Parts: sequence; structure tokens; C-alpha cells
Amino acid sequence: MKKTIGDRIIDALIVLFMCIVVIVMLYPLWNTLVTSFNDARDSIKGSLYLWPREWTLFNYQSVFKTDKIYNAFIVSVARTVISMILNVFLSGLLAYVLSNKEFVFRRFLTVFMVMTMYINAGLIPQYFLYRNLGLIDSFWVYILPSMVGAFNVIVIRTYINSLPASLMESARIDGATEMTIYFKIVFPLCLPVLATVALWVAVGSWNSWFDSFIFAPKQDLSTLQYEMMKILSSSMQSGVNQPDYLAESQTSRSMVTPNSLRAAMTIVATVPILVVYPFLQKYFVTVNIGSVKE
Amino acid sequence: MAIKELSPRKEFYKNLVKQKELVLISIPFFIYFFIFSYLPLWGLTMAFQNYKPGKTFFEQEWIGFKHFENLFTDPDFYRVMRNTLGMSIINLVLSFVTAIAFALLLNELKGRIFKRVVQTVSYMPHFLSWIIVCGLVSNILAMDGGIINDILVATGLVSEKVHFMGEPNYFWWIVGFTNVWKSMGWNSIIYLAAITSIDPALYEAASIDGYGRFGRMWHITLPGIKSTIIVLLIMNAGWILNAGFEIQYILGSNGLVLDVSETIDIFVLKRGFGRAGGFAFGTAAGMFKTVVSSIILVLCNKIAGWVGEEKLI
Repeated sequence: MKKTIGDRIIDALIVLFMCIVVIVMLYPLWNTLVTSFNDARDSIKGSLYLWPREWTLFNYQSVFKTDKIYNAFIVSVARTVISMILNVFLSGLLAYVLSNKEFVFRRFLTVFMVMTMYINAGLIPQYFLYRNLGLIDSFWVYILPSMVGAFNVIVIRTYINSLPASLMESARIDGATEMTIYFKIVFPLCLPVLATVALWVAVGSWNSWFDSFIFAPKQDLSTLQYEMMKILSSSMQSGVNQPDYLAESQTSRSMVTPNSLRAAMTIVATVPILVVYPFLQKYFVTVNIGSVKE
Repeated sequence: MAIKELSPRKEFYKNLVKQKELVLISIPFFIYFFIFSYLPLWGLTMAFQNYKPGKTFFEQEWIGFKHFENLFTDPDFYRVMRNTLGMSIINLVLSFVTAIAFALLLNELKGRIFKRVVQTVSYMPHFLSWIIVCGLVSNILAMDGGIINDILVATGLVSEKVHFMGEPNYFWWIVGFTNVWKSMGWNSIIYLAAITSIDPALYEAASIDGYGRFGRMWHITLPGIKSTIIVLLIMNAGWILNAGFEIQYILGSNGLVLDVSETIDIFVLKRGFGRAGGFAFGTAAGMFKTVVSSIILVLCNKIAGWVGEEKLI
């Protein structure tokens, strides 16, 4: 096809538009990165856009030296790692059980599980359940409710069904137990799909704050996202505001403001996601379309 | 050797013994789903009780639909329903139009590497938490040092800085455009996938017929993904009562915009936990939302199913 001048102009305009989109998508994060490396006192003056004026690592030091925030960071890491491991292991196991076409309870258990994606008793009954189970203000409230995901099970089961059934059949004839087959045969073969589920669970767990807010308001169970939420919402409500723990930092030589502290926390909370992001990307289409088909 | 047919019942027991390991593994999962997903349904009984903490279930006073009557006569309920529907509709329309337009333009990009970069960057905000996104929005729109205000003042479009976060008329749109920022790229994935399944011969035929770039977009690409658009539109309409919770709760918490920011989810939270003895009322409000939402969702999915099937024929 020969290109007309009009075509070239349109091409150029589309490229220009896409550049604007990229800038709009990246600028807010870039500006936060800049703020996080800029001296807090200097940031108050404003007009800080693309490059730090006064470099400092003090904002990051404040994040990790403020006990509350450091502790929240540890809780976030712990809940993410534990959730990820348990969810992958258990969802995979259930998927393996449900992939067995001869299993007598296959239909029943599948329906019983799929229903959980649609029924929802609501916040308050949920709160009462967790209270009765003694999960309120316990670390396990981050783990137990999201230990097995029905959607994850379906995704993994579809993958297992695409594996040659003869592999498991021959192991069964050799006298292997189901758990052995799961660990030795199914698990290694399913690594690609399990990795996807793992990353998915990890991002979800890392990003959540609502469960800290409602179910575990105790300070030593606070998560990084929830600490950020507290700083943000107090500055939303009253313009400029100093959350209580900023006083600690101010006794030292340098100074940190809620905004600069939040900028550093935002970067700390974003970096892990940007690190796993490239690994996730090749599965985007599958997951996106899969969720629509559900 | 003749194989004897076993009766279904005997066969079942035979299998049960043979599969005892699978059954044993299944039991904990059954119990898990029962406790965490089915047991809370029992708590919905609270919506029909004059619930008093400390009393056992049998000592509670049953009051029928009293909480629902209170709900429907509560002026706040109509306010939060208006906000929920308003923001839902803005979100739905904005996110549809932008995602489709973005997919169409992405499809026109020639450079493969550039296209990949644009895609990677545009999907990224989807993975950021709402807390982070709300923080970014409040930075960008801030009075002191927010880039939007700086640009508006520098170009002389406004004489005085705009207090975006304190102006009720802007709030729904801030929510709408934040949603666009967060999910436009991600939502475009499915349209891009649909576009790749369009027969390239159609484009050649169209250009021979003298259609230009936008002509081909309008007459080939858009009709090619029409069924995807319709199915997604109907399915997303099913989520109409889920206008969101986090962004409104965080960005809308100041008194100036509270009136237009609260959605039904925030209403449930505030009434349920915020007031003494509010548990039962909150449960009733939550139940109203769940029931209505489920009905709409099922209807929309049914309709989407019919439309989707038509496409297959």
C-alpha cells in the first residue's frame, strides 16, 4: 500500500497522542519518585516537577526508621508471602482433585465452590463470622479468608485438564498416592499457571488495606498500604495535617512532611509490583479474557 | 469372562472406597468453603431482628421488615443511591469510550517496539493499589504544587488556583477520570484481542474501495468488534451498584464533598460500624444492595449470553 501524505500525518498524530498517554500515565509516579528523593523542606516550596532539587535519602530513612511504618512493611511482606504460598499450594491441590473425571464428588464440589464466587453475605455478617472465629485483630485474618480462590482453582484445573492424563494414570498404577502424584507430577508440570496465580494473589494481598482497616485495626498488624491510607486521609480531611508519628522524626536534624513521607512509602510499595510486572505481562490476555468468560 | 454390571449404588460405594484419598483431601476444602462463604449467610437473619449484642440468637427480637422500612424512608439512602448510580454511569461510559478508542488507535501504530512500550506503560496503573492512585491524584490536583493548577495558572486559563478536591461539582468527574487513568490500558486488552481476529483481507478490500484510515476504522474495525463491545457493555452494566468504595472513601472524606461522594458501600460501612446498634440496619442495607445487584447481574449476564450466542450463529 502506498502511503499518502494524509496517512503520514495521521500516523504522526497517533504517535503524538500515544506519547501524551505515556506521559500522563508516567508523570504522577515519576513526580512521586522525584519528591521522595527531594528534601522535604524544599518540596514545600512547590514547583518540583521532573528532577529533585535537593537530593536526600532522609525520606526513605524515615520510612524504615519509624517503627510503625517499618513494622507495617514487615507485616505486608509476611502476609503477601504466606498468602501466596498457601493459596498456590491449596488451589493447586483442589484443582488436581477436581480435574479427576472419575471422582465421585467432582460435580458437587465444583458447584459448591463456584457458588462461592457469586454469594456474598456482606460486610457485617462477615465481620461477625471473623469475630466468632477469633480472627479479629489477629494476623490470620489476612490469610485464612483468601486461602483458596474459586477462580484460581478453575484456571489451574483447566490447565491440568490439558495435560496428558496418562501421566497420572501410570503413576497411579505404579501405586503412587494422590499426594505424591500432585507433588511429583502435577505441581512441576503446572508451574507456569501456578506462577501466574501466585503473582496474582501476591499483588492482591500486597495492595489491600481494607482488611487492616476493618478486621485488624490493631497498630502492630497495620500494613504498609493502611499506613499510607492513614496519612493520606488525614491530609485529605484537613488540608495540611501532621499524623502523630511525624513528631518523632522532627526531633532529628532533618525534617519530613506527610507528603514526602508518603512519596517514599508509595515508591516502596510500588517497586515490588514493578519488579513482578514483566513476568505477569505475557498472561494478561488469558486472564483478562478468562475473567470475562466466567 | 463376563463383566457383571454393578448397580449404581454399589458402584458409588466401590468408587468411594477406591477414591478414599481424594475424598479425604476434599473434606477440608468443603469445610473451608462452608465456613467462609456459606456460614456468613446465616448472619443475614440480623436484618430482620432488633439485634442486641450479647443476647443469643433465640433471645433476639424479630421485627420483620422494620429495618428495610427505615432504609427506604431514610433521605441519606436516596442520596447515596443517587451518588452510586451517577458515578457508575459516568465510569461506565467514560471507561468504555476511552478503552475502545485507545484500542483502535493502538491498532493503528506501526512501530512494534513503540507499541509494546505504550501497552506496557498503559497497563501498569491497573496494578497499583487504590491508596497509591488516590495519593497520586491528590498530588496532581493539589492547590500547592499540583501540576494541573500550575499549568492552568501559567497558561492563564484560570486566574486563581482551583480547589479541585473541595468542589462538589467536580468530584464525580475526578472519580471517572481516575478510573480511566487506572484501567483504560487494561480494559483495552480484550478489544485488541478481538481486533486481531478480524480478517485482514477486509482492510485491503476497503482500501481498494477508497476508504481512508478513519473510514476503515469506522467501517471495518468497529463493526468487527461490535459484538465484543455489546457483550462487555451489558455485563458491566450488571455492576451498576458497584460504583466503587475505595476512591470515594479516601478522596471524598472531606466535609466539602461528602454529600456527593458517599456510595452505598460507604453507607453500609458507616451505618453498620459507625453507630451504636447499627449492625442490624447495616446488614439490611448491605442485603438490599446484594439482592438488587445479584438480580441485575444475572439479568445482564443472561442478556449478554443471548447476544453472544447470536454472534456465534
